[in-house]
Amino acid sequence: MESASTKSPHPPRKSRELTAVTIRFCGDSGDGMQFTGSEFTRVSALAGNDLQTLPDYPAEIRAPVGTLAGVSGFQVQFSSAPVFTPGDAPQVLVAMNPAALKSNLADLVRGGTLIINSGAFTQQNYDKAGYTSNPMEDGSLSAFRVHSIDISKLTATALAETGLSAREIGRAKNMFALGLMLWMYSRPMEPTIKFLQQKFAKTPDIAAGNEKALKAGYYFGETAEMFVETFVVAPAKLPPGTYRSISGNEATALGLVAVSELAGLKVFLGTYPITPASDILHELSKHRNFNVFTFQAEDEIAAVGAALGAAFGGNLGVTSTSGPGVALMQETIGLALTVELPLLIVNVQRGGPSTGLPTKTEQADLLQAIHGRNGESPVPVLAASGPADCFDAVLEASRIAIRYMTPVILLTDGFIANGQEPWMLPEVDKLAHFEPKFRTDPKDYKVYARDPKTLGRAWVRPGTPGLEHRIGGLEKHSLTGNVSYDPDNHELMVKTRAEKVARIADELPPLSVFGAPKGDVLVLGWGSTCGAIQQAVQHLRDKGHAISAVHLRHMNPLPKDLGEILGRFKTVVIPELNLGQLQMLVRARYLVDAQGIHKIKGKPFRVSELISALEEYLS
Amino acid sequence: MTETVQAKLTRKDFQSDQEVRWCPGCGDYVILAQVQKLMPELGIPKENIAFVSGIGCSSRFPYYMNTYGFHTIHGRAPAIATGLKASRPDLQVWVVTGDGDALSIGGNHFIHALRRNVDLKILLFNNRIYGLTKGQASPTSELGKKAKSTPYGTIDAPFNPIHLALGAGATFVARTSDADPVHMMEMLRRTAQHKGSAFLEILQNCVVFNDATFESFTAKDQRESKQIYMQHGKPLTYAGGTKGLRLTDGHAELLETASGATPLTWNEQADVSAAFALASCHTPDFPEPVGVFRAVDRPVHHTLQEMQGEAVLKKLGPGNLSKLLKAGDTWTIS
Repeated sequence: MESASTKSPHPPRKSRELTAVTIRFCGDSGDGMQFTGSEFTRVSALAGNDLQTLPDYPAEIRAPVGTLAGVSGFQVQFSSAPVFTPGDAPQVLVAMNPAALKSNLADLVRGGTLIINSGAFTQQNYDKAGYTSNPMEDGSLSAFRVHSIDISKLTATALAETGLSAREIGRAKNMFALGLMLWMYSRPMEPTIKFLQQKFAKTPDIAAGNEKALKAGYYFGETAEMFVETFVVAPAKLPPGTYRSISGNEATALGLVAVSELAGLKVFLGTYPITPASDILHELSKHRNFNVFTFQAEDEIAAVGAALGAAFGGNLGVTSTSGPGVALMQETIGLALTVELPLLIVNVQRGGPSTGLPTKTEQADLLQAIHGRNGESPVPVLAASGPADCFDAVLEASRIAIRYMTPVILLTDGFIANGQEPWMLPEVDKLAHFEPKFRTDPKDYKVYARDPKTLGRAWVRPGTPGLEHRIGGLEKHSLTGNVSYDPDNHELMVKTRAEKVARIADELPPLSVFGAPKGDVLVLGWGSTCGAIQQAVQHLRDKGHAISAVHLRHMNPLPKDLGEILGRFKTVVIPELNLGQLQMLVRARYLVDAQGIHKIKGKPFRVSELISALEEYLS
Repeated sequence: MTETVQAKLTRKDFQSDQEVRWCPGCGDYVILAQVQKLMPELGIPKENIAFVSGIGCSSRFPYYMNTYGFHTIHGRAPAIATGLKASRPDLQVWVVTGDGDALSIGGNHFIHALRRNVDLKILLFNNRIYGLTKGQASPTSELGKKAKSTPYGTIDAPFNPIHLALGAGATFVARTSDADPVHMMEMLRRTAQHKGSAFLEILQNCVVFNDATFESFTAKDQRESKQIYMQHGKPLTYAGGTKGLRLTDGHAELLETASGATPLTWNEQADVSAAFALASCHTPDFPEPVGVFRAVDRPVHHTLQEMQGEAVLKKLGPGNLSKLLKAGDTWTIS
C-alpha cells in the first residue's frame, strides 16, 4: 500500500455501467463532509459527468459533536445523461456517525448502499443522536445494503507512523471515505492527491497524512471482500465546449467581473456578510486586478448606501445579501428608484421570516422584492434558474439597470448559490457590450429629461463641467428635477416611473414553452426550481400527458406573451418554495385560476414530489 | 473650463437657482453663506465638488449649492458619501447633517466613516432639537429638556458630539458656532484642507423650536468671557487673557493668569485625552471651547485603497476575463 503509484496491485473487480448515481455524504459539522462532497464532485466533473450538488449544513459552525443539530450533508447527482437536479434520493449514503444516519436514512432509496463508520457508532453517540435501540441490530437497516467499516480505526492505523496528532488523524477520516467512493466509482486518485498537496502546501505532513488516508480508503475497497462490484458512470454528452464546475455565488461574482468589462464601468460591491450570500463577496474581493472594488460596510443599510453613492459617482453600484438584508435595504432601494440611478441588488434567498433558516433554501422573497417598499415603487426583478445561470442573470440585470436607469433586484437562493453544476464557458468576445452613454453636453440639460423609448434619464458623472445638479428623495419636477409638491406633477412622476419599468417588457425575447405550445396543464415556474420542473414535466410527457412548462427569468415586469400562453392551457400550476407568491401575482394580473404546489421545508423540490403533485391535475 | 476662468469663480457661482426655504432667522443661512464664500478660494472646479446630505432641515443644504448634490435618506449620508468617495477619490465630498441625522438614526454610519478615515468633510449642524419634525428632543438635547415629545423633560442623557467623534478615531475634530461667522469661516477652511475624515460641529440656532439654546455663551457680548478659542501652539486663555485652562490629572482646571499659573499650550496633535478633557468643559463651570480639538494624520481610506489596488495589480497583472473564467479545473467536450 506504500506504492507511490496509485495503480492498483489488485485486478479490477467487475465493473457495472450506470447512467446516474446520487451519493450523499453526511457526518458531523467537523467531519469535513462539505470538503469531501465538493472534492468528489470536482473529480466527477473532470471525468466529464453532468452533475448537480446540494450542500446541506447547519447554521451553527460547530454544534455539539455527535448531535442531530450538528449534522452536515452533501449530496451530488452525477450522470452520463443531462442532470437537472441534485437527485431526489441518494442511492448511496455515507454516514460518519449515528446522528448523520438518523437524520438522513429516511432519504436513502430502498435497497440502497449504506456505508457506516462503525468506529463512531458507540453507545455514547447513539445516546447523543437519540437512538433508543441500536439500529445496527434492531433490523431498521434491513432494507439496505449495509457496509459497516471502522473508518476511524482504519484511518488511525494507516496514519499511525506519520507523527500526526490524534486530532489531526481524526480529521483525516473523511479522506478515507472519499478514497473508498473514488474506488467504488472507478475514479482516479491523482486529481485529489494533487489538490491536497496544493491545499496543504504549507503543512506537508498534513497533506501526506490526508493522501495516506485517501489511499487507505481506496485500497480498502479494492482489498476487502466487502464489495462485489464497482461502477462506471461514463462522461455525459454535453454540448461541445470548455466546462468548469461552478456554484451560483461564484457565477454571480464572475458575472460582476464580466459586467465591469462589458459595461466599461467600475463595479462597486457594497455588502455586509450574510449567509448564504457572503461567498459573492469572498470571490469578487479576490479580483481587484479588474475594475471591481469590494467594500464591506458596517451594515446592510450602509452596504446598499455605499453602492448607491458609487452609482451617483458614475459606477455600477451592486450589493449582495439575503432576505433580512433586503429588509434593511428597502428604503435605499426606494431612493435609488426615485433618483433613477442604476443599482443591482442580489438577494440570495434563504428560509424566512426573520433570521429563519440561514443555510436553507426558499423562494419566499418574491413579493418582498416586487412590493416591499413604501409608496408606488416599481423595481425590475429577475430570477436565476441554476448555478451557472447566475452569470447570465447578472449580465441581464446589469444591462437593464444601466439602460433604464433603475435599481434591479436579482433573486437567487441558497440552493443554487451553494450548489454546483458544470458550466459551459462563454466565449468572452461574443458577450454583448452595454456601455452607458454618460451625458457631457450642458446645452439644455434637464435632470429628468427622458429617453423617449426607455424613459431612462441621462446619467451624468460628477466632474462633468456645466452639468452640476442635485437629486434627492423628495418628489421632483418631471423635467428639471427641482423639488416639487405639485399634485399633478406627483401623479405624473408616479405613473412615469411605473411606465418606465413596464416598458422593459417591450424588449424581452418571447418566452419558450418546454413541450407542446398548448395542452391540458402548463407548469409555470421561476428561479431555482427549473431543473426539477423540467424533469418532472419531461417524465409526464413521456407518459403521454399533455403537459408543458414555462420558466420565468423576468418576474417584474412579466413578459408580454405570458398571458396569451397561459390561455392556451386548461390548467396552470405554479410550483414554488413558498405559499404561492407568483401564484398570487398571476391570478391578480391575468385573472387565471392558477393552482399552486407549495413546499416550505428549506429544501428544493424533488422530481418525484412534483410528478405526484402534478398528476393530480392530469386525468 | 480653463484654470484662469476657474480662478475667477465667486460666491455667486456656488449659489443654485433654488429659493432657500429655511425659516427666517435660521442659523443655517449663516452657514450656507460662509460655505458658498469659502468654495471659490479652495481652487477646486465646482464640478468636482459634491454635497451629500441625509434628512432634516440641515440636509436641504445641497439643493442650494450649485455643485453636484445628493439629498439622500435619514442618517445614511455618511454611508452614501463613503461609496461616492471610495469610487471617485477625485471628487471633494462634503456631508451635511444634523444632530438627529448624524447622532441618532445615522450614528452607526457616522462612527464608521470616522474610523475608516474616509476623506469626507462632515458638517454637523447641532441645534439640540428635531426641527423638521417640529420640535422633539434630539440626542444632543440637554437632560430634562422639555419638548413636544418630552413634556415632562427628557430622561435620556445627551451625546457629546466631540467625544463621540474623538472616540471613533476622527483625525480632525473642531467646533464653531453660527453666531461667529469669522471663526466659522476659519474652521470651514481647516475642515476643507484636512486629508481624511474632517468633523466640524457647528452650534446652530433653531429660531422656531429651540431658540437661543447656545446664546448664553455664543452671543457677541458673552463670547469673550464664556468661550475659549483653542489655537494650536497658543496658551489656552480667555476673558481677555485673565483666565486660562490647564490639565491636572487628565482634567481641565481653571486658572487665573494673575496667580502666575501657566495655562496649557494647545496642541492639536497631542494625546487624544487632552482633546477629551477640553471637550468636557461646559458652562457655567468652564468656558465652552471652540476651535480645533484634534488634527492628526492617519492613512486615508482611498489612499489605502489605491495602494492596495496597485499592489494587487502588480502581483496578479491586469485582469483577463477569458483567463479568469477558465481558471481552475476545466474540461473540454468536443
